[in-house]
Order: sequence, then C-alpha cells, then structure tokens
Amino acid sequence: MIDVKGLTKSFGDNQVLKGIDEHVYPGEKVVVIGPSGGGKSTFLRCLNLLETPTSGTITFKGADITDPKSDINAHRQKMGMVFQHFNLFPHMTILRNMTLAPMKILKKSKSEAEAKALELLERVGLADRAGSYPSQLSGGQKQRVAIVRALCMEPEVMLFDEPTSALDPEMVGEVLDVMKSLADDGMTMVVVTHEMGFAKEVGDRILFMDGGVIAERNTPEEFFSHPQTERAQNFLAKVLM
Amino acid sequence: MEQLYETLSAIPVADQTFWQNFFLKFYRAWFYQDRWLTYLEGLLTTIEVTVIALAIGVALGVIVAIVRTAYDQRRPGTHNPLLAVVNFIFKIYVTVIRGTPMMVQLMIMGFVIFASSRNFTLVGALTLGINSGAYVSEIIRGGLMSLDPGQAEAGRSLGLNYIQTMRYIVIPQAFKTILPALGNEFIVLLKDTSLISVIAGKEMVYYARAIVSRTYEAMFPYIITAVMYLILVMGFSYLQSILERRLRESDRR
Repeated sequence: MIDVKGLTKSFGDNQVLKGIDEHVYPGEKVVVIGPSGGGKSTFLRCLNLLETPTSGTITFKGADITDPKSDINAHRQKMGMVFQHFNLFPHMTILRNMTLAPMKILKKSKSEAEAKALELLERVGLADRAGSYPSQLSGGQKQRVAIVRALCMEPEVMLFDEPTSALDPEMVGEVLDVMKSLADDGMTMVVVTHEMGFAKEVGDRILFMDGGVIAERNTPEEFFSHPQTERAQNFLAKVLM
Repeated sequence: MEQLYETLSAIPVADQTFWQNFFLKFYRAWFYQDRWLTYLEGLLTTIEVTVIALAIGVALGVIVAIVRTAYDQRRPGTHNPLLAVVNFIFKIYVTVIRGTPMMVQLMIMGFVIFASSRNFTLVGALTLGINSGAYVSEIIRGGLMSLDPGQAEAGRSLGLNYIQTMRYIVIPQAFKTILPALGNEFIVLLKDTSLISVIAGKEMVYYARAIVSRTYEAMFPYIITAVMYLILVMGFSYLQSILERRLRESDRR
C-alpha cells in the first residue's frame, strides 16, 4: 500500500533519515519504536509529505507522491494523521472540527457530515461533547476526538505520531483502546509510539529505528523476547526495566 | 441664546467677566453662523477617509502578509520565481513606507504624484491606506507566524489545500491574537487622517483651522476637534471590546 524506497531527509547538515526502504501492506499494523532522535517521527511525517524527503520515493497505492506533479492533497485525504499534541482547532466546536474537511473537500452536506461525525463520536463515547470546544476537554478526550476527526475523511491508512506521549498516564488507556478497536476493524496503521504493551499486543511488525535507519525489523514476539541487534537490546533494557 | 450673545458682545472686552468672555468665545467657535455644521462636515470626511483608508490598508496588509509568510515558510528546495519577485517588491514597499514620515508621503502624493488632482481628500485617503497597509501587514505577519505550525499541519493532513487551511484554520485564529494590535493601528489611522489637512483634505482639522483664522481664537475650535476625535476613538474601542468578547467564546472552560 505504501512503498518507500531510498528515503533520506536532511535538515541543513543534519541527516535525520539515512536511506529507508520499507513496504506497508493493506491491513497491516506497523509499529515504529526506538530512541528519541532516531528519525521515527520524521519517517512518519515523510509518509504524507508533511516533511519533504531530500531524496527517495514514496509510492502510495501505485502513485508516486514525491513527484512534484502529484496532487498531494488528494493523497492526504486517504491518509489520516494523529499528532502528539492533538492539534484540534481551538476556535471550532468538536463537531465543526470533524465536519470541516468532509464538507470542504468531499463536498458532503452538513447533515451528512454531522451524522457521520456523531456516529464516530458515539463510538469513542464522546457524543455528548459534540458542542464543546477543545479547551473544555481533557487530553485523552482531545486525542480521541483527533482520531475520529481523521476517520471522518474515511482514510485507508492511519498514521499515529506518538499519540499518547503528551497525555497524563491515566488517560493513555482510553486512547490506546480506541486505537485497538480501530486495529480490530482492519485499518492499516503505522504507529510511532513508546507504548511497548501496545506494540506487543497490536503490532504485526516492529520497526526499530535508530540513527536514521531501520536497525531491526521483527515480529513483536521475536523482537521483545529475542532482539537480534545490540542496539535494540540496549534500548529494550532501558525501557523495560 | 442669540440674544444673550448680542447683548454680551456689546460689552467692551476689557469690561467682560471671565464667564462672559468664555461664553462669547465658545459661541463664536460653535454656534455663530451655524459653525457646528462645519465641524460635522469635517467629521463626516474624517470618517469617510478612515473607512476608505482602512479598506485599502487591510486589503493590502492581508495580501502582503500572506505572500511574505508563504515565502518565509516555503518548503526548502522548492523555488517559485513569481513568489520570490512579489515578495521582494512587498519587502521594498514595507521598508519605504515604514522608513519615511507620513507627512512627507502625503506631500509627495498630493503635490508630486497627484499634483494635478483636485480631489485632495481622496488622495489623502489613498495615501493613508497605502501607509496603513505596511503596518497592518507586519501585524498580520506576526499573527500568522505566532500560530503553532501544528495547526496548519493538522489542516493539511486532513487534505485541505493551502488556501483552505489559511482561510478556515490559520487566519481565524491569527485574527483573534492580532485584534488588540490591529485596533491600535486603526486608532492611529483614524487620528492620522488629521494630517491630510496639509494637502488641503477637508477634514476636521482643516475646518477648525479655517474657523480659527476667522475668529482669531484658537482654544475652542481645537478643543472641540480634540473632543470629537476622543469620542470617535472611544466608540471604536467599545466596538473592539465587543468583538474581542465574542471571539473569546471558544476559550471558556
């Protein structure tokens, strides 16, 4: 579904990604873990071109999206993204946050977009907050809204950029539950996270990124019990004390 | 009142009490020959010039700010020659306007560029608008840059294009933060309309000076003018505070 070839990214003289080749298959849940500064987030942000790759190609459903002539807006509609800091629009109600893109891009009618939004809010238990503003919600609630806001566009892939890292510990569970139920529905997901439990339970594949490369690819079972590379072993030793 | 004026003005100045003198001067500055109508005419011109200049200033300011922000935030590696050229022109515009006094700009516009025009008021409004645009653009640019880039990223990640993201997400939020600075700029603009009297724009100060030159009495015409500006600015500040309160709706917790 997403094919990455020879992806590199530099910020000035600092090369953050040093050549990534990877393929994400439909329905797959790929979990990207690794130490800070290893390039995980940059890799994820390159997938929908929030960062422009320095070199290499990214093919999404057979179309080269790194080609300057490709319509990136059309591709982004099919790739939902969830950010560490939620990035809800603070000047709009929850409902408006969710219906803006479907109405402006998919040209859905207001009632149609709102029906879909309310159905999704119901699913994450926030239907009663439809008229609230983001500042009135807790962090966990905001992130659940951010997830369903992306789902309103009916994406084919969901990209998660450390979705629980900015949350208070007691709110992590509610967000992970939403992500798990999304995974159960067969959504293709690429998740950058520090939640090892989630990686183990939901991931089909683990990508361990360090120093701008994918240092290890493995199944969750193998990765957490018998990591092959020394770097992965050191990392796991630190996070799984 | 007219009778009182007639009676009092018959008394020689040396014999007048303070209050009699006070009344006479005020009467001459305001009521005599319906002079208050003259101030109101000037007031209307002042408002008219402010509205025209405001419209020009905001339109120019928004365009300049968006082009300059787009240029500053362009993706590294991409090159858009048109954007670069327009950005350069706008940069010169802001530098020149901010670098020269308003009064000099008015004189150049009124006596050099539009020397043949007799519509001094409109030339004044145009000059003020062009002047204000430079300041407004910097205010808006500050607002656009102060916004968390994550907001624009969230919009783009949903598939909204650049213009939709600006229109629905970035600009409404930036507007809220720049409103106090923008209000300040509008007040300055309103008061700067008094400068167009130097190119014979017929606004309040122009008429006040005309009355002074006829009565040889400066105090009341200028104080009346000052009070009228004050009332205008207070009215404007009130409107601004209402708008700010309404925009704060999404901040409640």
